[in-house]
Amino acid sequence: MTGRLAGKVALITGAARGIGRSQALRFAQEGADVIALDLCGPVETVSVPASTPEDLDETARLVRAAGGRIVTSIVDVRDEDQLRSATDDGVTRFGGLDIVCATAGITSRGLATELSEAAWQTMLDVNLAGVWRTCKVTVPHLIARGSGSVILVSSIAGLRGLLGVAHYTAAKHGVVGLMRSLANELAPHGIRVNSVHPTNVDTPLIQNAAVASAFRPDLDREPTREEFAEAARSMNMLDIPWVEPIDVANACLFLASDEARYITAATLPVDAGATQR
Amino acid sequence: MSGLLDKVVVVTGAGRGTGRSHCERFADEGADVIAVDIASAATDLGVTAAEVEKRGRRCVTGLADVCDFEAVSAAVAAGVADLNRLDVVVANAGIHTAGAPTWELTEDAWRRTLDVNLTGVWHTVNAGVPHIGEDGGSVVIISSTNGLRGTANTAHYTASKHAVVGLARTLANELGPRRIRVNTVHPGAVGTAMVLNEATYRRLRPDLPNPTAEDAAEVLKARNLLPVPWVEPVDVANAVVFLASDEARYITGTQLVVDAGLTQKTT
Repeated sequence: MTGRLAGKVALITGAARGIGRSQALRFAQEGADVIALDLCGPVETVSVPASTPEDLDETARLVRAAGGRIVTSIVDVRDEDQLRSATDDGVTRFGGLDIVCATAGITSRGLATELSEAAWQTMLDVNLAGVWRTCKVTVPHLIARGSGSVILVSSIAGLRGLLGVAHYTAAKHGVVGLMRSLANELAPHGIRVNSVHPTNVDTPLIQNAAVASAFRPDLDREPTREEFAEAARSMNMLDIPWVEPIDVANACLFLASDEARYITAATLPVDAGATQR
Repeated sequence: MSGLLDKVVVVTGAGRGTGRSHCERFADEGADVIAVDIASAATDLGVTAAEVEKRGRRCVTGLADVCDFEAVSAAVAAGVADLNRLDVVVANAGIHTAGAPTWELTEDAWRRTLDVNLTGVWHTVNAGVPHIGEDGGSVVIISSTNGLRGTANTAHYTASKHAVVGLARTLANELGPRRIRVNTVHPGAVGTAMVLNEATYRRLRPDLPNPTAEDAAEVLKARNLLPVPWVEPVDVANAVVFLASDEARYITGTQLVVDAGLTQKTT
Protein backbone atom coordinates (compact mmCIF):
# COMPACT_ATOMS: atom_id res chain seq x y z
CA MET A 1 0.00 0.00 0.00
CA THR A 2 1.46 3.36 -0.95
CA GLY A 3 0.13 6.89 -1.03
CA ARG A 4 -1.68 6.33 2.24
CA LEU A 5 -1.22 10.03 3.10
CA ALA A 6 -1.35 11.42 -0.45
CA GLY A 7 -2.27 15.12 -0.45
CA LYS A 8 -1.96 15.46 3.34
CA VAL A 9 0.16 17.89 5.33
CA ALA A 10 1.77 16.72 8.58
CA LEU A 11 3.37 18.81 11.33
CA ILE A 12 5.90 17.00 13.52
CA THR A 13 7.68 18.34 16.60
CA GLY A 14 10.99 16.80 17.66
CA ALA A 15 11.64 16.08 13.99
CA ALA A 16 15.43 16.45 13.99
CA ARG A 17 16.14 12.85 14.96
CA GLY A 18 14.80 9.68 16.52
CA ILE A 19 11.06 9.04 16.31
CA GLY A 20 10.29 12.48 14.85
CA ARG A 21 12.69 12.00 11.95
CA SER A 22 11.29 8.55 11.27
CA GLN A 23 7.74 9.94 11.22
CA ALA A 24 8.79 12.67 8.79
CA LEU A 25 10.39 10.20 6.43
CA ARG A 26 7.68 7.54 6.68
CA PHE A 27 4.87 10.07 6.17
CA ALA A 28 6.70 11.59 3.17
CA GLN A 29 7.09 8.12 1.67
CA GLU A 30 3.31 7.84 1.83
CA GLY A 31 2.80 11.17 0.08
CA ALA A 32 2.52 13.75 2.88
CA ASP A 33 4.14 17.18 2.94
CA VAL A 34 6.00 17.73 6.20
CA ILE A 35 6.39 20.69 8.54
CA ALA A 36 9.33 19.65 10.71
CA LEU A 37 10.04 21.46 13.97
CA ASP A 38 12.76 20.92 16.55
CA LEU A 39 14.57 22.82 19.26
CA CYS A 40 17.97 21.79 17.84
CA GLY A 41 19.65 22.70 21.09
CA PRO A 42 20.12 21.81 24.74
CA VAL A 43 17.49 21.91 27.50
CA GLU A 44 18.59 22.70 31.03
CA THR A 45 18.43 19.75 33.49
CA VAL A 46 18.75 17.31 30.57
CA SER A 47 22.01 15.43 30.20
CA VAL A 48 21.17 13.69 26.92
CA PRO A 49 23.21 15.19 24.05
CA ALA A 50 21.06 17.82 22.31
CA SER A 51 19.76 17.66 18.76
CA THR A 52 21.45 20.08 16.34
CA PRO A 53 20.49 22.16 13.30
CA GLU A 54 22.50 19.63 11.28
CA ASP A 55 20.22 16.84 12.55
CA LEU A 56 17.16 18.74 11.31
CA ASP A 57 18.87 19.36 7.96
CA GLU A 58 19.50 15.63 7.70
CA THR A 59 15.77 14.94 8.25
CA ALA A 60 15.02 17.39 5.42
CA ARG A 61 17.59 15.73 3.17
CA LEU A 62 16.09 12.27 3.80
CA VAL A 63 12.55 13.50 3.09
CA ARG A 64 13.60 15.20 -0.14
CA ALA A 65 15.59 12.13 -1.19
CA ALA A 66 12.35 10.17 -0.80
CA GLY A 67 10.67 12.65 -3.16
CA GLY A 68 8.84 14.54 -0.42
CA ARG A 69 8.39 18.23 0.37
CA ILE A 70 9.43 19.60 3.74
CA VAL A 71 9.86 22.90 5.56
CA THR A 72 11.90 23.02 8.75
CA SER A 73 11.95 25.45 11.63
CA ILE A 74 13.90 25.71 14.87
CA VAL A 75 11.28 26.01 17.60
CA ASP A 76 11.02 25.48 21.35
CA VAL A 77 7.69 23.87 22.36
CA ARG A 78 7.89 25.94 25.56
CA ASP A 79 7.37 29.08 23.46
CA GLU A 80 3.84 29.38 22.12
CA ASP A 81 4.57 32.36 19.87
CA GLN A 82 7.47 30.58 18.17
CA LEU A 83 5.35 27.48 17.72
CA ARG A 84 2.43 29.41 16.28
CA SER A 85 4.53 31.37 13.87
CA ALA A 86 6.36 28.28 12.55
CA THR A 87 3.06 26.40 12.28
CA ASP A 88 1.30 29.19 10.44
CA ASP A 89 4.24 29.63 8.03
CA GLY A 90 4.24 25.92 7.23
CA VAL A 91 0.50 25.80 6.79
CA THR A 92 0.65 28.77 4.43
CA ARG A 93 3.41 27.08 2.44
CA PHE A 94 1.51 23.79 1.98
CA GLY A 95 -2.03 25.15 1.98
CA GLY A 96 -3.45 23.49 5.10
CA LEU A 97 -2.84 20.95 7.84
CA ASP A 98 -4.16 17.41 8.33
CA ILE A 99 -1.89 15.56 10.74
CA VAL A 100 -0.12 16.63 13.93
CA CYS A 101 2.50 14.54 15.71
CA ALA A 102 3.49 15.96 19.10
CA THR A 103 6.72 14.04 19.42
CA ALA A 104 9.17 16.44 21.07
CA GLY A 105 10.21 15.22 24.49
CA ILE A 106 13.05 15.01 26.98
CA THR A 107 14.30 12.65 29.66
CA SER A 108 16.14 13.13 32.91
CA ARG A 109 16.39 10.95 35.99
CA GLY A 110 16.01 11.07 39.74
CA LEU A 111 13.97 9.53 42.55
CA ALA A 112 10.65 11.30 43.03
CA THR A 113 11.56 12.67 46.44
CA GLU A 114 14.94 13.87 45.25
CA LEU A 115 14.04 15.58 41.95
CA SER A 116 14.88 19.25 41.85
CA GLU A 117 12.12 21.79 41.30
CA ALA A 118 13.86 22.74 38.05
CA ALA A 119 13.96 19.18 36.73
CA TRP A 120 10.28 18.71 37.60
CA GLN A 121 9.14 21.98 36.04
CA THR A 122 11.21 21.61 32.90
CA MET A 123 9.90 18.09 32.36
CA LEU A 124 6.28 19.19 32.65
CA ASP A 125 6.91 22.26 30.53
CA VAL A 126 8.32 20.25 27.62
CA ASN A 127 6.66 16.84 27.79
CA LEU A 128 3.17 17.94 28.83
CA ALA A 129 2.66 21.67 28.33
CA GLY A 130 4.71 21.50 25.12
CA VAL A 131 2.27 18.92 23.77
CA TRP A 132 -0.66 21.08 24.86
CA ARG A 133 0.85 24.14 23.12
CA THR A 134 1.45 22.10 19.98
CA CYS A 135 -2.24 21.17 19.98
CA LYS A 136 -3.26 24.73 20.77
CA VAL A 137 -1.53 26.28 17.75
CA THR A 138 -2.33 23.49 15.28
CA VAL A 139 -5.93 22.61 16.10
CA PRO A 140 -7.45 25.78 14.57
CA HIS A 141 -5.96 24.73 11.22
CA LEU A 142 -7.47 21.25 11.53
CA ILE A 143 -10.85 22.72 12.45
CA ALA A 144 -10.62 24.93 9.37
CA ARG A 145 -10.03 21.76 7.32
CA GLY A 146 -12.97 19.99 8.98
CA SER A 147 -10.94 16.84 9.57
CA GLY A 148 -7.61 15.65 10.86
CA SER A 149 -5.61 13.31 13.04
CA VAL A 150 -3.63 14.32 16.12
CA ILE A 151 -1.11 11.85 17.52
CA LEU A 152 0.49 12.46 20.89
CA VAL A 153 3.65 10.49 21.56
CA SER A 154 3.37 9.30 25.15
CA SER A 155 5.29 6.29 26.51
CA ILE A 156 4.75 3.07 28.41
CA ALA A 157 5.33 5.50 31.29
CA GLY A 158 1.97 7.03 30.28
CA LEU A 159 0.28 3.75 31.21
CA ARG A 160 2.26 2.53 34.21
CA GLY A 161 4.84 3.83 36.64
CA LEU A 162 8.57 3.58 35.95
CA LEU A 163 11.26 3.75 38.58
CA GLY A 164 13.42 6.86 38.77
CA VAL A 165 11.40 9.02 36.38
CA ALA A 166 8.37 10.20 38.38
CA HIS A 167 8.30 13.56 36.58
CA TYR A 168 8.48 11.86 33.17
CA THR A 169 5.80 9.37 34.21
CA ALA A 170 3.53 12.14 35.50
CA ALA A 171 3.98 14.13 32.28
CA LYS A 172 3.35 11.11 30.04
CA HIS A 173 0.25 10.14 32.04
CA GLY A 174 -0.86 13.76 31.73
CA VAL A 175 -0.61 13.48 27.96
CA VAL A 176 -3.19 10.66 28.05
CA GLY A 177 -5.61 12.85 29.98
CA LEU A 178 -5.04 15.69 27.53
CA MET A 179 -5.62 13.31 24.62
CA ARG A 180 -8.90 12.00 26.07
CA SER A 181 -10.30 15.47 26.68
CA LEU A 182 -9.16 16.74 23.32
CA ALA A 183 -10.71 13.74 21.55
CA ASN A 184 -14.05 14.66 23.11
CA GLU A 185 -13.68 18.30 22.13
CA LEU A 186 -12.58 17.72 18.55
CA ALA A 187 -14.80 14.80 17.52
CA PRO A 188 -17.61 17.13 16.40
CA HIS A 189 -15.11 18.61 13.96
CA GLY A 190 -14.23 15.18 12.54
CA ILE A 191 -10.79 15.33 14.12
CA ARG A 192 -9.35 12.23 15.79
CA VAL A 193 -6.91 12.32 18.71
CA ASN A 194 -4.88 9.30 19.86
CA SER A 195 -1.72 8.54 21.82
CA VAL A 196 1.07 6.02 21.18
CA HIS A 197 3.08 4.40 23.94
CA PRO A 198 6.52 3.13 22.98
CA THR A 199 8.76 1.02 25.18
CA ASN A 200 12.45 1.92 24.92
CA VAL A 201 13.23 3.14 21.41
CA ASP A 202 16.73 2.96 19.96
CA THR A 203 17.34 6.74 19.90
CA PRO A 204 19.73 9.17 21.65
CA LEU A 205 17.09 9.56 24.39
CA ILE A 206 17.98 6.11 25.74
CA GLN A 207 21.38 5.43 24.19
CA ASN A 208 23.34 7.48 26.69
CA ALA A 209 25.33 6.90 29.85
CA ALA A 210 22.60 8.08 32.23
CA VAL A 211 19.86 5.75 30.99
CA ALA A 212 22.17 2.81 30.30
CA SER A 213 23.66 3.06 33.80
CA ALA A 214 20.20 3.17 35.38
CA PHE A 215 19.48 -0.18 33.72
CA ARG A 216 22.75 -1.65 35.02
CA PRO A 217 23.08 -0.53 38.66
CA ASP A 218 25.22 -3.63 39.13
CA LEU A 219 28.10 -2.13 37.12
CA ASP A 220 30.39 0.55 38.50
CA ARG A 221 31.19 1.89 35.02
CA GLU A 222 29.26 2.95 31.92
CA PRO A 223 27.64 -0.18 30.43
CA THR A 224 28.32 -1.18 26.85
CA ARG A 225 25.43 -1.21 24.37
CA GLU A 226 25.27 -4.99 24.78
CA GLU A 227 25.20 -4.82 28.58
CA PHE A 228 22.41 -2.24 28.41
CA ALA A 229 20.52 -4.38 25.88
CA GLU A 230 20.66 -7.42 28.14
CA ALA A 231 18.90 -5.56 30.94
CA ALA A 232 16.50 -3.69 28.65
CA ARG A 233 15.37 -6.99 27.14
CA SER A 234 13.97 -8.13 30.48
CA MET A 235 11.36 -5.33 30.36
CA ASN A 236 9.71 -6.61 27.20
CA MET A 237 7.57 -9.62 26.43
CA LEU A 238 9.13 -10.07 23.01
CA ASP A 239 12.78 -11.00 23.02
CA ILE A 240 14.15 -7.57 22.00
CA PRO A 241 15.86 -4.85 24.04
CA TRP A 242 14.16 -1.93 22.28
CA VAL A 243 12.02 -1.09 19.27
CA GLU A 244 13.23 1.02 16.34
CA PRO A 245 11.94 4.52 15.52
CA ILE A 246 10.32 3.10 12.37
CA ASP A 247 8.04 0.92 14.50
CA VAL A 248 6.63 3.95 16.28
CA ALA A 249 6.39 5.81 12.97
CA ASN A 250 4.43 2.93 11.41
CA ALA A 251 1.91 2.95 14.26
CA CYS A 252 1.52 6.72 13.88
CA LEU A 253 1.14 6.31 10.12
CA PHE A 254 -1.72 3.85 10.70
CA LEU A 255 -3.43 6.26 13.11
CA ALA A 256 -2.88 9.17 10.70
CA SER A 257 -4.28 7.31 7.71
CA ASP A 258 -7.87 6.80 6.62
CA GLU A 259 -7.50 3.15 7.60
CA ALA A 260 -8.03 4.37 11.16
CA ARG A 261 -10.81 6.82 10.27
CA TYR A 262 -12.97 5.69 13.18
CA ILE A 263 -10.23 5.25 15.78
CA THR A 264 -10.15 8.08 18.29
CA ALA A 265 -9.25 8.46 21.98
CA ALA A 266 -7.21 5.24 21.77
CA THR A 267 -3.96 4.50 23.59
CA LEU A 268 -1.83 2.35 21.26
CA PRO A 269 1.26 0.73 22.79
CA VAL A 270 4.30 -0.06 20.62
CA ASP A 271 5.95 -1.77 23.51
CA ALA A 272 6.89 -5.36 22.70
CA GLY A 273 4.39 -6.30 25.40
CA ALA A 274 6.15 -4.37 28.18
CA THR A 275 2.96 -3.01 29.76
CA GLN A 276 1.37 -6.45 29.90
CA ARG A 277 4.35 -8.38 31.12
CA MET B 1 0.96 -3.04 4.39
CA SER B 2 4.16 -4.97 4.53
CA GLY B 3 4.91 -8.55 5.23
CA LEU B 4 1.66 -10.36 4.39
CA LEU B 5 2.52 -11.43 0.84
CA ASP B 6 2.19 -15.23 0.52
CA LYS B 7 1.34 -15.60 4.20
CA VAL B 8 -1.60 -17.75 5.30
CA VAL B 9 -4.31 -16.58 7.65
CA VAL B 10 -7.17 -18.47 9.28
CA VAL B 11 -10.36 -16.53 10.01
CA THR B 12 -13.31 -17.92 11.96
CA GLY B 13 -16.78 -16.55 11.42
CA ALA B 14 -15.59 -15.89 7.88
CA GLY B 15 -18.96 -16.25 6.14
CA ARG B 16 -20.17 -12.72 6.51
CA GLY B 17 -19.82 -9.39 8.28
CA THR B 18 -16.43 -8.47 9.67
CA GLY B 19 -15.16 -12.03 9.11
CA ARG B 20 -15.63 -11.73 5.36
CA SER B 21 -14.05 -8.29 5.42
CA HIS B 22 -10.93 -9.66 7.17
CA CYS B 23 -10.59 -12.29 4.43
CA GLU B 24 -10.93 -9.67 1.68
CA ARG B 25 -8.40 -7.31 3.24
CA PHE B 26 -5.84 -10.06 3.86
CA ALA B 27 -6.26 -11.16 0.24
CA ASP B 28 -5.74 -7.53 -0.85
CA GLU B 29 -2.40 -7.68 0.97
CA GLY B 30 -1.40 -10.89 -0.79
CA ALA B 31 -2.29 -13.52 1.79
CA ASP B 32 -4.08 -16.84 1.28
CA VAL B 33 -7.03 -17.58 3.54
CA ILE B 34 -8.47 -20.49 5.49
CA ALA B 35 -12.07 -19.40 5.97
CA VAL B 36 -14.02 -21.19 8.70
CA ASP B 37 -17.68 -20.88 9.63
CA ILE B 38 -20.56 -23.05 10.84
CA ALA B 39 -22.40 -25.40 8.47
CA SER B 40 -25.45 -23.16 8.16
CA ALA B 41 -23.18 -20.44 6.73
CA ALA B 42 -21.92 -22.63 3.87
CA THR B 43 -23.44 -20.43 1.18
CA ASP B 44 -22.06 -17.24 2.72
CA LEU B 45 -18.66 -18.91 3.03
CA GLY B 46 -18.75 -19.61 -0.72
CA VAL B 47 -19.21 -15.88 -1.35
CA THR B 48 -16.23 -15.11 0.91
CA ALA B 49 -14.09 -17.63 -0.99
CA ALA B 50 -15.10 -16.05 -4.30
CA GLU B 51 -14.11 -12.61 -2.99
CA VAL B 52 -10.67 -13.91 -1.97
CA GLU B 53 -10.16 -15.66 -5.31
CA LYS B 54 -11.27 -12.54 -7.19
CA ARG B 55 -8.23 -10.90 -5.59
CA GLY B 56 -5.91 -13.55 -7.00
CA ARG B 57 -5.40 -15.47 -3.74
CA ARG B 58 -6.33 -18.98 -2.64
CA CYS B 59 -9.11 -19.70 -0.18
CA VAL B 60 -9.72 -23.01 1.57
CA THR B 61 -13.08 -23.13 3.31
CA GLY B 62 -13.90 -25.28 6.33
CA LEU B 63 -17.23 -25.91 8.00
CA ALA B 64 -16.75 -26.12 11.74
CA ASP B 65 -18.33 -24.86 14.93
CA VAL B 66 -15.69 -23.23 17.14
CA CYS B 67 -17.41 -24.88 20.12
CA ASP B 68 -16.19 -28.21 18.76
CA PHE B 69 -12.41 -28.29 19.13
CA GLU B 70 -11.97 -31.45 17.05
CA ALA B 71 -13.92 -29.90 14.18
CA VAL B 72 -12.15 -26.54 14.17
CA SER B 73 -8.78 -28.24 14.58
CA ALA B 74 -9.51 -30.49 11.59
CA ALA B 75 -10.64 -27.54 9.47
CA VAL B 76 -7.46 -25.59 10.25
CA ALA B 77 -5.26 -28.65 9.65
CA ALA B 78 -6.92 -29.27 6.29
CA GLY B 79 -6.33 -25.67 5.27
CA VAL B 80 -2.70 -25.79 6.35
CA ALA B 81 -2.25 -29.05 4.42
CA ASP B 82 -3.47 -27.26 1.29
CA LEU B 83 -1.73 -23.92 1.76
CA ASN B 84 1.44 -25.27 3.41
CA ARG B 85 1.79 -22.88 6.31
CA LEU B 86 0.03 -20.70 8.87
CA ASP B 87 1.07 -17.25 10.01
CA VAL B 88 -1.98 -15.45 11.34
CA VAL B 89 -4.97 -16.55 13.41
CA VAL B 90 -8.01 -14.26 13.51
CA ALA B 91 -10.50 -15.47 16.13
CA ASN B 92 -13.52 -13.59 14.89
CA ALA B 93 -16.52 -15.91 15.35
CA GLY B 94 -18.93 -14.61 17.93
CA ILE B 95 -22.57 -14.28 18.87
CA HIS B 96 -24.62 -11.55 20.45
CA THR B 97 -27.88 -13.02 21.72
CA ALA B 98 -30.91 -11.33 23.23
CA GLY B 99 -30.12 -9.46 26.41
CA ALA B 100 -31.76 -9.40 29.81
CA PRO B 101 -30.93 -8.12 33.28
CA THR B 102 -28.10 -10.26 34.66
CA TRP B 103 -30.29 -11.97 37.25
CA GLU B 104 -32.81 -12.93 34.57
CA LEU B 105 -30.37 -14.41 32.03
CA THR B 106 -31.04 -18.07 31.46
CA GLU B 107 -28.43 -20.72 32.08
CA ASP B 108 -28.66 -21.58 28.37
CA ALA B 109 -28.07 -18.04 27.16
CA TRP B 110 -25.11 -17.63 29.50
CA ARG B 111 -23.51 -20.93 28.59
CA ARG B 112 -24.05 -20.59 24.83
CA THR B 113 -22.42 -17.13 24.74
CA LEU B 114 -19.44 -18.22 26.84
CA ASP B 115 -19.08 -21.35 24.70
CA VAL B 116 -18.84 -19.47 21.42
CA ASN B 117 -17.26 -16.16 22.40
CA LEU B 118 -14.70 -17.44 24.91
CA THR B 119 -14.20 -21.19 24.68
CA GLY B 120 -14.50 -20.94 20.87
CA VAL B 121 -11.65 -18.40 20.81
CA TRP B 122 -9.52 -20.65 23.01
CA HIS B 123 -10.25 -23.58 20.67
CA THR B 124 -9.37 -21.49 17.63
CA VAL B 125 -6.07 -20.40 19.11
CA ASN B 126 -5.26 -23.98 20.14
CA ALA B 127 -6.13 -25.22 16.67
CA GLY B 128 -4.04 -22.58 14.92
CA VAL B 129 -0.97 -21.78 17.00
CA PRO B 130 0.75 -25.20 16.73
CA HIS B 131 0.91 -24.68 12.95
CA ILE B 132 2.66 -21.30 13.17
CA GLY B 133 6.29 -21.71 12.14
CA GLU B 134 9.52 -20.64 13.77
CA ASP B 135 9.44 -17.23 12.09
CA GLY B 136 6.60 -16.37 14.44
CA GLY B 137 3.19 -14.95 13.67
CA SER B 138 0.23 -13.04 14.94
CA VAL B 139 -2.99 -13.87 16.76
CA VAL B 140 -5.79 -11.31 16.65
CA ILE B 141 -8.85 -11.86 18.82
CA ILE B 142 -11.97 -9.86 18.08
CA SER B 143 -13.37 -8.59 21.34
CA SER B 144 -15.73 -5.60 21.62
CA THR B 145 -16.09 -2.31 23.43
CA ASN B 146 -17.94 -4.60 25.85
CA GLY B 147 -14.55 -6.17 26.49
CA LEU B 148 -13.49 -2.87 28.07
CA ARG B 149 -16.63 -1.67 29.81
CA GLY B 150 -20.03 -3.01 30.74
CA THR B 151 -23.48 -2.12 29.44
CA ALA B 152 -26.81 -3.04 30.98
CA ASN B 153 -28.47 -6.30 29.98
CA THR B 154 -25.40 -7.84 28.37
CA ALA B 155 -23.71 -9.64 31.26
CA HIS B 156 -23.14 -12.83 29.26
CA TYR B 157 -21.72 -11.00 26.24
CA THR B 158 -19.72 -8.51 28.34
CA ALA B 159 -18.24 -11.25 30.52
CA SER B 160 -17.22 -13.25 27.46
CA LYS B 161 -15.63 -10.25 25.73
CA HIS B 162 -13.74 -9.21 28.88
CA ALA B 163 -12.60 -12.79 29.31
CA VAL B 164 -10.90 -12.93 25.90
CA VAL B 165 -8.78 -9.94 27.00
CA GLY B 166 -7.53 -12.00 29.91
CA LEU B 167 -6.90 -14.91 27.57
CA ALA B 168 -4.99 -12.67 25.15
CA ARG B 169 -2.86 -11.16 27.91
CA THR B 170 -1.84 -14.58 29.17
CA LEU B 171 -1.22 -15.88 25.66
CA ALA B 172 0.94 -12.88 24.81
CA ASN B 173 3.17 -13.75 27.76
CA GLU B 174 3.29 -17.41 26.77
CA LEU B 175 3.84 -16.91 23.04
CA GLY B 176 6.20 -13.93 23.09
CA PRO B 177 9.28 -16.18 23.28
CA ARG B 178 8.04 -17.89 20.08
CA ARG B 179 7.73 -14.53 18.37
CA ILE B 180 3.97 -14.88 18.16
CA ARG B 181 2.15 -11.65 18.98
CA VAL B 182 -1.32 -11.67 20.52
CA ASN B 183 -3.65 -8.66 20.51
CA THR B 184 -7.35 -7.91 20.82
CA VAL B 185 -9.46 -5.55 18.70
CA HIS B 186 -12.44 -3.79 20.22
CA PRO B 187 -15.08 -2.58 17.76
CA GLY B 188 -18.07 -0.55 18.82
CA ALA B 189 -21.23 -1.07 16.79
CA VAL B 190 -20.35 -2.42 13.32
CA GLY B 191 -22.67 -2.11 10.34
CA THR B 192 -23.37 -5.84 10.02
CA ALA B 193 -26.36 -8.11 10.53
CA MET B 194 -25.40 -8.38 14.22
CA VAL B 195 -26.47 -4.74 14.64
CA LEU B 196 -28.64 -4.10 11.60
CA ASN B 197 -31.63 -6.23 12.58
CA GLU B 198 -35.13 -5.58 13.78
CA ALA B 199 -34.59 -6.90 17.32
CA THR B 200 -31.72 -4.44 17.82
CA TYR B 201 -33.77 -1.57 16.39
CA ARG B 202 -36.52 -2.36 18.91
CA ARG B 203 -34.03 -2.61 21.78
CA LEU B 204 -32.54 0.77 20.86
CA ARG B 205 -35.88 2.47 20.20
CA PRO B 206 -38.45 1.10 22.67
CA ASP B 207 -40.27 4.41 22.16
CA LEU B 208 -41.27 3.56 18.57
CA PRO B 209 -43.73 0.90 17.37
CA ASN B 210 -41.81 0.07 14.17
CA PRO B 211 -38.26 1.43 14.41
CA THR B 212 -36.04 1.50 11.32
CA ALA B 213 -32.27 1.44 10.84
CA GLU B 214 -32.35 5.25 10.69
CA ASP B 215 -34.14 5.44 14.04
CA ALA B 216 -31.55 3.13 15.59
CA ALA B 217 -28.72 5.10 13.98
CA GLU B 218 -29.74 8.25 15.88
CA VAL B 219 -29.29 6.48 19.22
CA LEU B 220 -26.02 4.81 18.25
CA LYS B 221 -24.58 8.03 16.85
CA ALA B 222 -25.22 9.83 20.12
CA ARG B 223 -23.04 7.24 21.90
CA ASN B 224 -19.95 7.89 19.74
CA LEU B 225 -17.47 10.73 19.73
CA LEU B 226 -17.24 10.80 15.96
CA PRO B 227 -20.49 11.67 14.17
CA VAL B 228 -21.19 8.16 12.81
CA PRO B 229 -23.65 5.55 14.10
CA TRP B 230 -21.37 2.57 13.47
CA VAL B 231 -18.09 1.63 11.88
CA GLU B 232 -17.94 -0.51 8.75
CA PRO B 233 -16.51 -4.05 8.66
CA VAL B 234 -13.55 -2.78 6.61
CA ASP B 235 -12.54 -0.46 9.47
CA VAL B 236 -12.21 -3.43 11.82
CA ALA B 237 -10.41 -5.40 9.11
CA ASN B 238 -7.93 -2.56 8.55
CA ALA B 239 -7.01 -2.63 12.23
CA VAL B 240 -6.66 -6.43 12.18
CA VAL B 241 -4.46 -6.31 9.08
CA PHE B 242 -2.29 -3.61 10.68
CA LEU B 243 -1.80 -5.74 13.81
CA ALA B 244 -0.97 -8.80 11.71
CA SER B 245 1.49 -6.91 9.48
CA ASP B 246 5.20 -6.30 9.99
CA GLU B 247 4.35 -2.66 10.70
CA ALA B 248 3.14 -3.88 14.10
CA ARG B 249 6.00 -6.34 14.61
CA TYR B 250 6.58 -5.16 18.17
CA ILE B 251 2.96 -4.67 19.22
CA THR B 252 1.73 -7.46 21.49
CA GLY B 253 -0.56 -7.83 24.49
CA THR B 254 -2.57 -4.74 23.62
CA GLN B 255 -6.20 -3.75 23.16
CA LEU B 256 -6.93 -1.68 20.05
CA VAL B 257 -10.29 0.08 19.92
CA VAL B 258 -12.09 0.71 16.62
CA ASP B 259 -15.04 2.40 18.22
CA ALA B 260 -15.48 5.96 16.94
CA GLY B 261 -14.60 7.05 20.48
CA LEU B 262 -17.48 5.19 22.17
CA THR B 263 -15.48 4.03 25.20
CA GLN B 264 -14.07 7.50 25.89
CA LYS B 265 -17.13 9.64 25.34
CA THR B 266 -17.87 11.94 28.25
CA THR B 267 -21.57 12.55 28.50
